[in-house]
Amino acid sequence: MIKRITTAADLETLREHARSARKLKPIQVAVCSGTGCLAAKSKTMADLLEEEVDRQGLTSRVEVRRTGCFGFCEQGPVMVIQPLDVCYLKVGVNDVEELVRRTLAEGEVVERLLFHTPEGRAVRALNDIPFYVGQSRVLLHANTQITPTSLEEYLSIGGYGALSRALFEMAPREVVDLIKASGLRGRGGGGFPTGVKWESSRNAPGDEKYVIVNADEGDPGAYMDRSLLEGNPHAILEGLIIGGYAVGARQGYIYVRQEYPLAVENAQRAIDQAYEYGLLGSDILGSGLRLDVKIHRGAGAFVSGESTALMRAIEGFVGEPRPKYIHTSHHGLWNSPTVLNNVETWANVPVILNLGLKRYRALGTDGSKGTKIFSLVGKVRNSGLVEVPMGMTLRQLVEDIGGGVPGGKAIKAVQTGGPSGGFIPASRLDLPVDFDALDEAGSMMGSGGLIVMDEDTCIVDATRYYVNFLAKESCGQCVPCREGLRQLSKILDGMVEGRGTMQDIETMEEICELLETASLCALGRTAPNPVRSALRYFRDEFEAHARDRRCPSLVCESMTRYVIDASSCPGCLLCMKVCPTDAIEGERKHPHRIDQDKCIQCGNCLAACPPRISAVHKVPKSPSMDAPRPRAQV
Amino acid sequence: MKTVQLTINGRRVEATPGTSLLVAAREAGIEIPTLCHNDAVEPYGACRMCLVDIEKGGRKKTVASCCYNVEQDLNVTTSTPKLERMRKLIVELLSPAYTPPSPEHRVEAPRFTGALPDCSLCGLCVRYCRDVVGRNALYFAGRGVDRRIAFVPGAASECDDCRACFDLCSSGWVVSRYTSDAASEWEDRPRFRGAC
Repeated sequence: MIKRITTAADLETLREHARSARKLKPIQVAVCSGTGCLAAKSKTMADLLEEEVDRQGLTSRVEVRRTGCFGFCEQGPVMVIQPLDVCYLKVGVNDVEELVRRTLAEGEVVERLLFHTPEGRAVRALNDIPFYVGQSRVLLHANTQITPTSLEEYLSIGGYGALSRALFEMAPREVVDLIKASGLRGRGGGGFPTGVKWESSRNAPGDEKYVIVNADEGDPGAYMDRSLLEGNPHAILEGLIIGGYAVGARQGYIYVRQEYPLAVENAQRAIDQAYEYGLLGSDILGSGLRLDVKIHRGAGAFVSGESTALMRAIEGFVGEPRPKYIHTSHHGLWNSPTVLNNVETWANVPVILNLGLKRYRALGTDGSKGTKIFSLVGKVRNSGLVEVPMGMTLRQLVEDIGGGVPGGKAIKAVQTGGPSGGFIPASRLDLPVDFDALDEAGSMMGSGGLIVMDEDTCIVDATRYYVNFLAKESCGQCVPCREGLRQLSKILDGMVEGRGTMQDIETMEEICELLETASLCALGRTAPNPVRSALRYFRDEFEAHARDRRCPSLVCESMTRYVIDASSCPGCLLCMKVCPTDAIEGERKHPHRIDQDKCIQCGNCLAACPPRISAVHKVPKSPSMDAPRPRAQV
Repeated sequence: MKTVQLTINGRRVEATPGTSLLVAAREAGIEIPTLCHNDAVEPYGACRMCLVDIEKGGRKKTVASCCYNVEQDLNVTTSTPKLERMRKLIVELLSPAYTPPSPEHRVEAPRFTGALPDCSLCGLCVRYCRDVVGRNALYFAGRGVDRRIAFVPGAASECDDCRACFDLCSSGWVVSRYTSDAASEWEDRPRFRGAC
């Protein structure tokens, strides 16, 4: 039977109890159980690990802990063994018996499970892996220390200490001032100063006030918020309760998308536990504060991440932005003062209280304080979730942490900020990660998506992807956004399919001006970013498509074709076997030929041709091109 | 009652607080083009034809005048080359569903295709039916470029005695769909996929 915590002293007693419970067993194994590693069968592996520990008689010495996301998803499942300080990657079920016998029982390291640098050097400790070396894991560190389903474990790493201090040592006003002074800016994309938002709601007239967590993370390829909510839901809740205390709210909501089942489950469990322990409900920790928190599951609309649309969705209406020019800090949910912050912003709140102003402000740049979590994906060797101090350059992020582009290819651009962000060319990689610097470069911080694109990426095709995404995900209410994106999408489709004209480029710029000037909400106003930044840095690619019918990256099917170089083709029949349309002619030991009329450009032949032969080439399609013109081999 | 003073196109205008810029301008005899506006229903802010530039204390912004309320000392400009360019482009994007009343906004040879041929999605029918008649016989279906107006299955059978939206619809969509669509809507509507 759980006892409600009714004083700050009770909380500390419980914390001490939780801390000593952690120390009962000398060996601690953390197995990543975030969505990425679960997909790599980490649950089966962890089940087997527990069985094996039991079978080898180590149960009294070994604690297996299923934690949140470690971030190095590319190499999952991730496992860290303490106090040996060993990090194993890509741990499969077949490795379990050996690692229990050798590492857990004998203290030896299983070398093949360690991280190996491209030069072949094995790295033992997690923090020495290049992926982790440059990071400052202020928020994500806790993810790897605790089981997200246990409130006691959160207490054991200092959880709810910030809340207790806020409630008993600070006035609400002082909490607002602290957040203001910290320089924290909204992590959802806009970068609005969080403290100013809180102050505005706090000072707004009204008895009913609301605090909301925006966990409607919808950018393709981004999963920062999901990992936080899955891996450390109590930290978000602690931030939210502190926020509720600071602005005077009595009701909180966590708006989380239905597509994140584990995040919904873990957040709901955290809320239930918080109620049981007296950390939510009436008289929180005996302080007299009252706050109730509910989960609202979003029905899968990108535009619902927009603040007014999100609030309408909670109210039970269709999630569409409100046209009225009013601030949600005064007239938000049910027309009452409302503070809406992103998951990562809320997670920063207890960190600021715990670190103190001086240490928190030491992280980051003048205009952007603290750290930022990115999901580093695309053409990069080490992809995953990374947390870096603001001010780190994109180059450090991509090359030092990400390990650069694989396959010896050159980096072309990074795309930051999701569909409403923009492309930043390789020549500007020395830009710091900073709200204002990224805005100036024509992109934006956004919620933290960072997609690396190499020389094989066609910027026109990539732009088309983002515009099509926005055209589908716009609410369709206002004309500029709905019709503007419809036409942008048609123009870009045409350009990729070889029907583009130079006039199209100007038309796109006209439409971009309309979108950014006239749209009803931020989705429409930022929608031109991909097009604008692509035209700013890669105009030549658009011109090549429109004027020369040429795709410089050899991506757009309408402008490329596959050919077989007769001089290097030994006639091995491999490509013929995989061709779905029988477009390849020839016989054994005689060079093959592709019938362009039958070819559907699936690329199977290129994939099937052994690398040491490399007789199949993708080349530009042009009338004068009869002889194969192979691309320069890298 | 207290009033606020503001400037519209260089003219001093007095208005009651809570009035929108659009209404204040019209009361002062200054015309701002609109498409989705109708005094009977709440401002909707969708067509963006009523864009105006506002300035106060050196801060400039472009806003939809139907949704922005009057403020003391606000400086409003209802027409600039850029605003006219925006309006013409809006008309062009909606073509052929919408022809503006004022000839200067008309576009001779629209460049675009693909928008709904006879509906600008101004939503007047939906909003009037919902907010004034209280019947909710029409609704917005779909999202983004797939947004369209549809009759709520069955609800339209009660519309014969009302037909108020028929006159509101400038493009004739409602009239053309009322007889044909209303009955068959049950069959045509998209099925929900997956669990709900």
